[in-house]
Amino acid sequence: MFSSPTVRTSFIFLAIALVGLLFADIAITASNPWRDLGNFFLGIVTPNFFSSEGLMTALLRTVAFAFVGVALGGVAGFLLALAYRSLPVRMFCAFVRAIHELFWALIFLQFFGFHPLTGVLAIAIPYAGIFAKVYSEILEEADPEPGRALPPGTGIISAFLYTRIPDCWVKMRTYTAYRLECGLRSSAILGFVGLPTLGFYLEASFSQGLYSDAGAMLILFYVLIATMPLWVRPKLLPVYILGAPFFLGEGLPIVWGNVQRFFTEDIVPAPLRNGEGLAGLAPWLNDLMINEAMPGIWNTIVLTQIALVATGIISLLAFPLISNHFGGPIRRNAGHVALVIARSTPEYILAYILLQLWGPSMLPAVVALALHNGGIIGHLIGRQTNTIKLRPDAPNGINRYGWELVPRVYRSFLAFLFYRWEIIMRETAILGILGIYTLGFYVDSAIQNIRFDRAMVLILITALLNIGVDTLGRYIRRKLALKTMPTC
Amino acid sequence: MSGFAFSGLTASFSGKRVIGPLSLQVNPGEKIALVGKSGAGKSTLIRLMHERVNRESSLIPQELGLVSALSVFHNVYMGQLDKHSTWYNTITLARPFAKDRAEVTTLLQSLGMTEKFWTPTASLSGGQRQRVAIARALYRKASILLADEPVSALDGPMANTVMTLLRDRFSTSIIALHDVDLALDYCTRIVGIQDGQIALDEPSANLVASDIMSLY
Repeated sequence: MFSSPTVRTSFIFLAIALVGLLFADIAITASNPWRDLGNFFLGIVTPNFFSSEGLMTALLRTVAFAFVGVALGGVAGFLLALAYRSLPVRMFCAFVRAIHELFWALIFLQFFGFHPLTGVLAIAIPYAGIFAKVYSEILEEADPEPGRALPPGTGIISAFLYTRIPDCWVKMRTYTAYRLECGLRSSAILGFVGLPTLGFYLEASFSQGLYSDAGAMLILFYVLIATMPLWVRPKLLPVYILGAPFFLGEGLPIVWGNVQRFFTEDIVPAPLRNGEGLAGLAPWLNDLMINEAMPGIWNTIVLTQIALVATGIISLLAFPLISNHFGGPIRRNAGHVALVIARSTPEYILAYILLQLWGPSMLPAVVALALHNGGIIGHLIGRQTNTIKLRPDAPNGINRYGWELVPRVYRSFLAFLFYRWEIIMRETAILGILGIYTLGFYVDSAIQNIRFDRAMVLILITALLNIGVDTLGRYIRRKLALKTMPTC
Repeated sequence: MSGFAFSGLTASFSGKRVIGPLSLQVNPGEKIALVGKSGAGKSTLIRLMHERVNRESSLIPQELGLVSALSVFHNVYMGQLDKHSTWYNTITLARPFAKDRAEVTTLLQSLGMTEKFWTPTASLSGGQRQRVAIARALYRKASILLADEPVSALDGPMANTVMTLLRDRFSTSIIALHDVDLALDYCTRIVGIQDGQIALDEPSANLVASDIMSLY
């Protein structure tokens, strides 16, 4: 068994995670976590949809920000995809998508303030980088034959419209619709930094102990995502996209002086700003690296590795829930509901809830990341097992699971897991804003202390770390010859 | 118009010479059939000649080169993409003009497939797809035809209809064919290819089927 490279790789990652556990801060620090958890579930089963009109407004804003952000990101991403052969464009896209939506929001908040533009750009910019990459991959897969049969002298635009777009249209539409779902989640969590979306409402309800209000919000969010095929129709899309900008809310006006100050003063490293020159830069950077960057990087990596393995375990446990090879339709439908809930809840919201209930440590983050990502991979793998035809006398139960199914789906399971490695790390860094000592914690503290120069360096480090893990993940997938499709 | 003199045609795949060096004089008004075993280099030769004559030719490649997601009309219209402005082409993609619709309809009528006008070519049968590629070449209205096995997926009567159309609509044509009888019936000159070289070059009037069979 250990002669197989996929198994060896799995055990290496398992060992790294176990060593990481020795250093990780895993604990339940709340005085009465189970009572709080009980109260929370009581809130979910007794949702209060009518406590205030704020809920509906928050829901509307969430949808509006998602539509405007994804539409802008999609258009920009498409244009970038056309130039994706150029190395600077590829590097630019890799860089903007390595920075999480919440970090972009934190940056824009500093100079645009609570203007709708902050939320729109926070979604549009990283999404443009992701769209550019996926669109360019789709365009490259288009059949080259029609292009060769074209009359010589056909204009580039006509050739592109007739031979590339029709061939890629369905794939691009499917991916964009899928991204819109991701955009709804991104939009919801923007509320945690103060934009008027669902996250803001959730945080407000939680801090007042209004669990029934929070429960109502979560249920509405699931319904919103689960019914997307019903209300996101091609014919209605232009209406949504043109209408959405009018529902972003007023926000606060942009103070252009702040914008100018941000770029000319705030983000200039303190020693340069104070006229100490380059000589002062070394100690400043040294202090930043030792006291903030290094602990942040260490905690981010430890938490990422533990969460990655936990995600793998949850995925392998979860996929039988929706697989045709086990149980009856009732159990399978329940499984579908469970996995839809797990993957529709943004990890940030899950982590926030668990952190409120269990107190600060790495545990809520690990559980949140594993549940969300495990729900996504479990769903994809479970669906894949439904296409497998077993011989009529195949074993049942645990033997069917261990001997027939897992070996057949293990490679694609690993492919998805390594694909999500970079996503898990991006999320891990951002969960620092909730008070776990990953990079996001140090970014958030620097911003709280109005030290934007430090925050920018830390965000830059986070981006580089993500690009590094993305490269490593792709290297491992290539080495093990694993193929996958993009997920968010 | 003048004919074409192809000279020094060569092609290699992974270092191995598969065609030529080979020269061929094509006189105006000639209908040339390229015959020979599969793998003899007929398709490569058609491709090489297309690169040389380019603008003035209509091409029917063996892979057809259809855009599966586009309708029959649009695939046929693509034969004249270079004759219209980008704006005209873009509008046609969304809403074709009546003039073009009428012309393509007439063309498809002669090929016996009017009822499939707006069907995406992905859902057509092999023979129907081949006829769309033929219609595209006819719609292009070039004086020279370069075709690679254009009737391989068509039944007897339809193959004859199509060969007649191709003979009448193009003044000069070079067609790769594996069907020896079709070659003798519809072409004025037979060029046999063997191991990348011309092994036979005679007017069809001087040949019978058994003369060509020696190439196979």
